[in-house]
Amino acid sequence: MIPGEFTYHRPSTVAEAVAILASHGDEARPLAGGHSIIPMMKLRMAAPEHLIDLSGVADLKGIREEGGAIVIGAMTTQHELIASDLLASKLPIIRETSLLIADPQIRYLGTIGGNVANGDPGNDMPALMQCLNASYKVVGPNGEREIAARDFYEAAYFTALAPEELVTAVVIPVPPAGHGFAYEKLKRKVGDYATAAAAVVLTMSGGSVSSCSVALTNVGDTPLYAAEACDILTGSTLDADTVNRAVAAAEAITRPASDGRGPAEYRTKMAGVMLRRALARAAERANG
Amino acid sequence: MNDMTPTREQREAALEGMGCKRKRVEDVRFTQGKGNYVDDLKLPGMLFGDFVRSPYAHAKVTKIDASKALELPGVIAVLTAEDLKGVNLAWMPTLAGDVQMVLADGKVLYQNQEVAFVIAEDRYIADDAIQLVEVEYEELPVLVDPFKSMDPDAPVLRPDLEGKTEGAHGPRKHHNHIFTWEVGDAEETDRAFKDADVTIKELISYHRTHPSPLETCQCVASMDKVTGELTVWGTFQAPHVIRTVASLLSTIPEHKIHVIAPDIGGGFGNKVGAYPGYICSIVASIVTGRPVKWVEDRMENLSTTSFARDYHMTAEIAAKNDGTVTGLKVHVLADHGGFDACADPSKWPAGFFNIVTGSYDFPTAHLAVDGVYTNKAPGGVAYRCSFRVTEAAYCIERAMDILAQKLGMDPADLRMKNFVKPEQFPYHSALGWEYDSGDYHTAMQKAMDTIGYRQLREEQKAKQEAFKRGETREIMGIGISFFTEIVGAGPSKNCDILGVAMFDSAEIRVHPTGSVISRMGTKSQGQGHETTWAQIIATEIGIPAADIMVEEGNTDTAPYGLGTYGSRSTPVAGAAIALAARKIRNKAQMIAAHMLEVSEYDLEWDVDGFQVKGNPELRKSMKEIAWAAYNAPPPGMEPGLEAVSYYDPPNMTYPFGAYFCVMDIDVDTGVSKIRRFYALDDCGTRINPMIIEGQVHGGLTEGFAIAMGQEIRYDEMGNVMGASFMDFFLPTAVETPHWETDYTVTPSPHHPIGAKGVGESPNVGSVPAFSNAVNDAFGFLGNTHIQMPHDAWRVWQAAKDLGAHG
Amino acid sequence: MSDIEQVPVTLTVNGKKVQRFVEPRTLLIHFLREELNLTGPHIGCETSHCGVCTVELNGMSVKSCTMFAAQANGAEITTIEGMANEDGTLSALQEGFRQMHGLQCGFCTPGMIMRAHVLLKENPDPTEQEIRMGISGNLCRCTGYQNIVKAIQYAAAKLQGRDFQEAAE
Repeated sequence: MIPGEFTYHRPSTVAEAVAILASHGDEARPLAGGHSIIPMMKLRMAAPEHLIDLSGVADLKGIREEGGAIVIGAMTTQHELIASDLLASKLPIIRETSLLIADPQIRYLGTIGGNVANGDPGNDMPALMQCLNASYKVVGPNGEREIAARDFYEAAYFTALAPEELVTAVVIPVPPAGHGFAYEKLKRKVGDYATAAAAVVLTMSGGSVSSCSVALTNVGDTPLYAAEACDILTGSTLDADTVNRAVAAAEAITRPASDGRGPAEYRTKMAGVMLRRALARAAERANG
Repeated sequence: MNDMTPTREQREAALEGMGCKRKRVEDVRFTQGKGNYVDDLKLPGMLFGDFVRSPYAHAKVTKIDASKALELPGVIAVLTAEDLKGVNLAWMPTLAGDVQMVLADGKVLYQNQEVAFVIAEDRYIADDAIQLVEVEYEELPVLVDPFKSMDPDAPVLRPDLEGKTEGAHGPRKHHNHIFTWEVGDAEETDRAFKDADVTIKELISYHRTHPSPLETCQCVASMDKVTGELTVWGTFQAPHVIRTVASLLSTIPEHKIHVIAPDIGGGFGNKVGAYPGYICSIVASIVTGRPVKWVEDRMENLSTTSFARDYHMTAEIAAKNDGTVTGLKVHVLADHGGFDACADPSKWPAGFFNIVTGSYDFPTAHLAVDGVYTNKAPGGVAYRCSFRVTEAAYCIERAMDILAQKLGMDPADLRMKNFVKPEQFPYHSALGWEYDSGDYHTAMQKAMDTIGYRQLREEQKAKQEAFKRGETREIMGIGISFFTEIVGAGPSKNCDILGVAMFDSAEIRVHPTGSVISRMGTKSQGQGHETTWAQIIATEIGIPAADIMVEEGNTDTAPYGLGTYGSRSTPVAGAAIALAARKIRNKAQMIAAHMLEVSEYDLEWDVDGFQVKGNPELRKSMKEIAWAAYNAPPPGMEPGLEAVSYYDPPNMTYPFGAYFCVMDIDVDTGVSKIRRFYALDDCGTRINPMIIEGQVHGGLTEGFAIAMGQEIRYDEMGNVMGASFMDFFLPTAVETPHWETDYTVTPSPHHPIGAKGVGESPNVGSVPAFSNAVNDAFGFLGNTHIQMPHDAWRVWQAAKDLGAHG
Repeated sequence: MSDIEQVPVTLTVNGKKVQRFVEPRTLLIHFLREELNLTGPHIGCETSHCGVCTVELNGMSVKSCTMFAAQANGAEITTIEGMANEDGTLSALQEGFRQMHGLQCGFCTPGMIMRAHVLLKENPDPTEQEIRMGISGNLCRCTGYQNIVKAIQYAAAKLQGRDFQEAAE
């Protein structure tokens, strides 16, 4: 398993990186943590002629609060997400999810930008970003734009990102204090992609759900924002009947592949079970 | 004695002999990254070889065009079957009496089969060149399901066998049939079934899996054209056999072939056989005159070199109403893939599967095994088990549980009732084995008491009631396995590999200063022979283990032996070591008698030397005797103190054990959790308890993986699915349960130190315990048998089929 | 051979500065093993699952089979060869693996020790569960992990000046 040849670039600014991307088009690929693309290159299933290592771009690092949002630089690693006090207090679901990604070594290098941008339906962050209603800051030759996570994913490995564009940061509106959250992931072992996973963020008031957001991982060729399930749940007391209807609505939007994790029917059902468990845990954590 | 004189206990402790938890010698280099594995080897001018492989499972190869690859700078040559024909090596014999293509000769029979061998300056160029070799295929109908292998219209997989009605093991009844192997008394068994109160019948499949040691198969071949000598370093569990086979195939005289197995990064049966990579590297080195390295990648390892299991066993038991078993009938459909490259002793096409009567006193039994070809990778290696013993143990242990269920009996009680009794040993089984020793009732009782078996059953019952009332979605299973292994192949009267009898050997040389070098025909792959072999010698000749160096793996220096697999090292080489050491001690006794001017009959052995009976102050230590052996031997005696022993075992050894698994299953996800796993092993005399426990932990972890999800799958096109560590289930520290271990000691009566071998027991014994736990958990919902592997989705599916999802 | 421009790589490996020009596609594991003859880090799965190639890079544990040498330019790397004490004796972790029988074939051991080394730097007194999670990127086929956990507990105790009583099972 040896990768094909390529030319190596290590820009130090976003502008430089975008310029290299723009000049090579489809033949260039950005390199973040590398744990998706390097194995693909070793299997010769990917053969970019130019690799643009983003690790020298200081502007792509860091976690900060801006207004009512948390902004995370694309090259921030999962290890850094886990260690961040800011995230622990404002967005604890990010830590919970990050700890379920891959393994410790990979989390030192794996980045949030790589995880959200490459369009792999197995990745955990895309559904989480949809759940949190995040958007991605994207820079291309024509400047910067923002794309909502819920609009970003088109098909497996196909996204709204143009070949010459780069995701530079994710912007996440801070959920209200006291929100409940849970990321439930069923997997065969540490390091595996989800058989099915569900992200839930909700707020409660007076025993009923005042807002609710649900998204699912790896049960379709994109992450799935479960809008109908959210509608069903909002305003309810999470009574059994409502939860059953919401789970059915969420299951209905899944289109999982049959693979070593199980047949499609199983994975759909597991999306439902994960959602059910995430809802219960989120509700338990919510104040109000 | 003054205060400085060490006590007997101190002298014994100083030896670090048998029975002590001696720390491993090997670890000093391994913990510093100074192990010496094949891929660490670098020779001047060394080239790298790599395979072009078939994307198809069954196809004609109509054209191979290497011209573009050969234009790539750094590419030296590309070998195809046509080139190998020149040296008569396009095909090679398998250990099972079949022949196997080294490189695709006109067709391919499984996905990733070796088609061409690229030789380049380094591994990067070799990989580039592979992409440039153009191969044209004409696809053929694919045969994946072994149950369809012998359909009248099944595709012909092996045109080379056309018209051959006689195989290596008797008549062939179909173009995809390899052999039928029959043991036992069919008539008597039929009678038992006719007279039975109760019978059960179940198809029990043991899926295809793979040993997958972390180090893949690899070698470096170096032909010296001037001297005509060939040196091969490789991941060989049996280096001497590899040398003999290499000599027979290449016609290079055996003394001009040097085979060296350096440190091996795990074997588990994967590194017993001879693979195309070895042959091609040797040919490439002969052709180029330069050393050639070949290193498998993980995908190649999982998809080509030697799968394990793939046995489909139909088991039937006849019994009386009180649970007494009266007959056993088993038919096996054995899927061997494209070539029968099963690594068994040559006369045993289904290995020792006829141990399938297990630990139970079956008055009569009959077994028939049919081997068939499919479009899958060849093999059938013993993955950490003696040949096909894990399949047999799984079959009988699952079948006994099914019988218990039908009888409404507790499965532990059913086992107790039918165990071979201590006074029946040596016990002659209905399928032809002579069990050497055992005390099954004691072991079982100890296990049941320790784990609190009866209380667990009560808890299970309460949980079942709670589940039925809808109070919990978790169910509980208790899995029992009481296995009898058969290891230590083997007596020359019935065991050989390609005609080489399966003895083993040891050579011990005591130096004048009382330190020792010893060499054996075995080869450790992690078992710690450098540590344990020295312990046997230390106890036998009274020289501290720390002063004894153990060397294995170099065919130039080590005595000929058949290697390490099938838990044979301790039963066979371990005996050779003890006997060689005793030869040394006998000579030492004569020398000591001369030194002390007494008759040798007046001497007695005492820990580390000889002393005069009744006068222990008069003694000579082994160290003193060693000096005298060289420099002042008794008149007429040859100087020196060394011995060789070649040991042909009189019988196999029969380790056994009682394993209990307590499992909780979430019926909504199919996820199972091992709450407790208790393993009691009886491997006879225990040489190093620390190493035994380590072996047991490792084998249990493998058994856990196999039972709970580790599988080589194929789709209907013969594409091998999940041949990477993403999908192939190797548990991490997080999934792996905590292991509880225990033991009883029933020495082997025919082994010089009473040891039986242990490495493979935990794999053999644990798989049925896990599977029985899953099956037991669902028993109250009407389940009879759920096939392995028990990964979450299949368990969920079983729960669904049994109505557990409401 | 190739038209691709080689790239300079400067590293500090086990305290020594090394400088080479490499093909950009050179994987760090091959650079360590083939260029620097540091054969302690091994190759097991090549897809970043098994962890036998684990080395310490700038205080992180990384799988050197899934990183280009070029990416590591400027880094400080420690491999198993740099782990022994200065006087050549085994470090606490190495000794722990030996005392607790935390290895058998030895193939996973260098990666396992390098991972445990960083784990203990970050969490000097981990619980059993934290150790199991901490080494979950490293596969072992021989030991079943139980004695590896003990080996790491042994080292944690030694490094904090405590005795570790638990014997290898």
